[in-house]
Amino acid sequence: MAKITIDGKELDADPKLTIIQAARQHGIHIPHFCWHPKLSVSGNCRMCLVEVEKMPKLAIACATQVAEGMIVRTNNERVIKARNSVMEFLLINHPLDCPICDEAGECKLQDYSYKYSVGYSRFDENKVHKPKRVELGPRIVLDDERCIMCSRCIRFADEIAHQPVLIFTERGTHVVLRTFPHTVLDNPYSMNVIDLCPVGALTSKDFRFKSRVWEMANTESICTGCARGCNINIWTRNNEILRLTPRLNEDVNSYWMCDHGRLGTFKFVNSDNRIKTPMIRKEEALMEVNWDEAISQVASDLRSYKKSEIAGLGSAYATNEDNYVFRRLMKGVIGTKFVDVVPHVKEGDEDQLLIRADKTPNAVGAAAVGVTSVDASTGLEAILNGISSGAIKVLYVLEDNIAADPRVASVLSELDLLIVHSYEHNETTKLASVVLSASTYAEKNGTMTNFQRRVQRIRPAVATLEADRALGGFSMSRWDKFASPNDRWGKGPRRDARPSWRIVSGIANALGAKFKYNAVEEVFKDLAEKVEIFKGLSYAKIGNRGIALTTENVPTSLIPA
Amino acid sequence: MGTNGNIIRKKDLGFWQSIYVPEILKGLRLTITQMFKPKFTYEFPEVRFKPPEVFRGRPVLVEENGVERCVACGLCSRVCPALAIEVQAGETELAKERYPIKFEINMVRCIFCGFCEEVCPEEAIIMSNEYLLAFNNQVEAVFGKEKLLKSAAEMRPRLEWLKVNR
Repeated sequence: MAKITIDGKELDADPKLTIIQAARQHGIHIPHFCWHPKLSVSGNCRMCLVEVEKMPKLAIACATQVAEGMIVRTNNERVIKARNSVMEFLLINHPLDCPICDEAGECKLQDYSYKYSVGYSRFDENKVHKPKRVELGPRIVLDDERCIMCSRCIRFADEIAHQPVLIFTERGTHVVLRTFPHTVLDNPYSMNVIDLCPVGALTSKDFRFKSRVWEMANTESICTGCARGCNINIWTRNNEILRLTPRLNEDVNSYWMCDHGRLGTFKFVNSDNRIKTPMIRKEEALMEVNWDEAISQVASDLRSYKKSEIAGLGSAYATNEDNYVFRRLMKGVIGTKFVDVVPHVKEGDEDQLLIRADKTPNAVGAAAVGVTSVDASTGLEAILNGISSGAIKVLYVLEDNIAADPRVASVLSELDLLIVHSYEHNETTKLASVVLSASTYAEKNGTMTNFQRRVQRIRPAVATLEADRALGGFSMSRWDKFASPNDRWGKGPRRDARPSWRIVSGIANALGAKFKYNAVEEVFKDLAEKVEIFKGLSYAKIGNRGIALTTENVPTSLIPA
Repeated sequence: MGTNGNIIRKKDLGFWQSIYVPEILKGLRLTITQMFKPKFTYEFPEVRFKPPEVFRGRPVLVEENGVERCVACGLCSRVCPALAIEVQAGETELAKERYPIKFEINMVRCIFCGFCEEVCPEEAIIMSNEYLLAFNNQVEAVFGKEKLLKSAAEMRPRLEWLKVNR
């Protein structure tokens, strides 16, 4: 350890670190554009200039290693003057188009202009004009004028995404960012360069101009695209999800998320294809009914079958809480042995960075809370065989489109009764006798367990009829706070969906059980008491970053290969 | 003048005041002199007040060469203290890149403060001289682009005034 002094504060710093890293570890922020904790040092923006005693000139904090006895000043007159000059240079050719720039509000250059710039420009010549709306890849649009040549995106493509296609071409003020001829930036992580870009040069084709950042509310949640469970922020406006962005969690996803997770996992929440209310099949057509009717219908239907004729399929898309209550209903109240989960593993579709072959967010959790077969005689195959042989007449499916697999779909038509929790109209709801509209991951509280056996929280970002934005303690934008019933912008669609645990408890209670859950916290409390490996956990302990289940208590079958 | 709540007032009226008649005549004199002065009221609604450029009537969007000046930056929406403005941006092939797909002002919410005009980087939303705003219901009070767009030629007086005064 080396003893250094930064701004009069004596610190112990690892001599392998640079000044900017050591300062950051001790909560001292040195302004920077091109430096990023996960990328190599480039040292081209010159924003992190600091004064190091006995060095003749100012040094860049990102590329100067810490040494014993070093005395660093990050805020004296000389440094401030240098920083002002750097800002002045950066702003010479940067367009003043913040009002139409998507980055405005979360822009490093904008923030630093307020904090570290002098507030006026001595440059009154014409700015250099460069191409706007350059397509770098299928998901990314570049505005060359806004680029400050920090090269973060180039280093990301080289070092993290391993698709080295980006490069600066031309010279001086005419430098532009380009892909090499005949290449496009289309790697599965390409959209991370949008978050990395300290200005609004790289923009998302999908989110472009959809909303100003300050108009949205953001909610900390996790991605449901695969078993990784990347930490994300869900950005909503007018009760509609507009984008997802990664949230730092060094144990799971670091700063990144994949493009599939970013674009492919939220649109169904806003979609018109959503199931708006519970439905019961009457004379070949699904009729909309209210919850009481749907639940009493399901309960009376279930009562008329023997327990050996009933099977349940939990869901690796549903939360731990949903699956736990479902297991209690199937195994406890109904008493069937036939309970399992349909796996959704795409062999080979995985990589070393984030993407997992298991495309469900909670396969480990569903099994951990007991939605799993004891042996092959009660597992998924046995259930499907039982249905085709006529031994199993009723199937209860939680939040999973099992009929997307044609092999399963062909069997399902043999059933007397198919009860389905679903977010949207799909192959399974077409065959279902009862469809119960379930809340999506973005509409409920709960926990999911990722492939590392890490329990992480999801939080509601979209209001349903049942879960109100203000009363439910959701994250609220200014517009959410002040919308009154007659404002059109406060009238985003609210669907009559409920979280599965609530639906299942309703059915269990209609069958005579006593499930006393009023809130999801109560479900989790019960779960943490009853399920060994969740012992001692609470939402408070899980917090924003999740918590790993203790390994010694996990049955080996739960640990994925 | 009294301080600390001690109000000092005259205890008694004077002699002339106490007999009232001169005071009544004083009042009548004021009334009668007004009768011979020129009128400054209008025979509304037949005759209408034409406000000067400085007047802040309902906000309008300026249209130039067939397109709105607005780039849908949403600053008016952000600055609006009454949250009257809703903007949804879209992409256009024009050089300005953005345009408002939807631009709605809820005139029931609007308080005519003129902040939207002040914050607008394009001089696209300005205060007009229209002040006759009556609605039968709240839906009617939400003005969309079709009601808000006014040609720059029509809005010339206000635009000229803004050039000098802003």
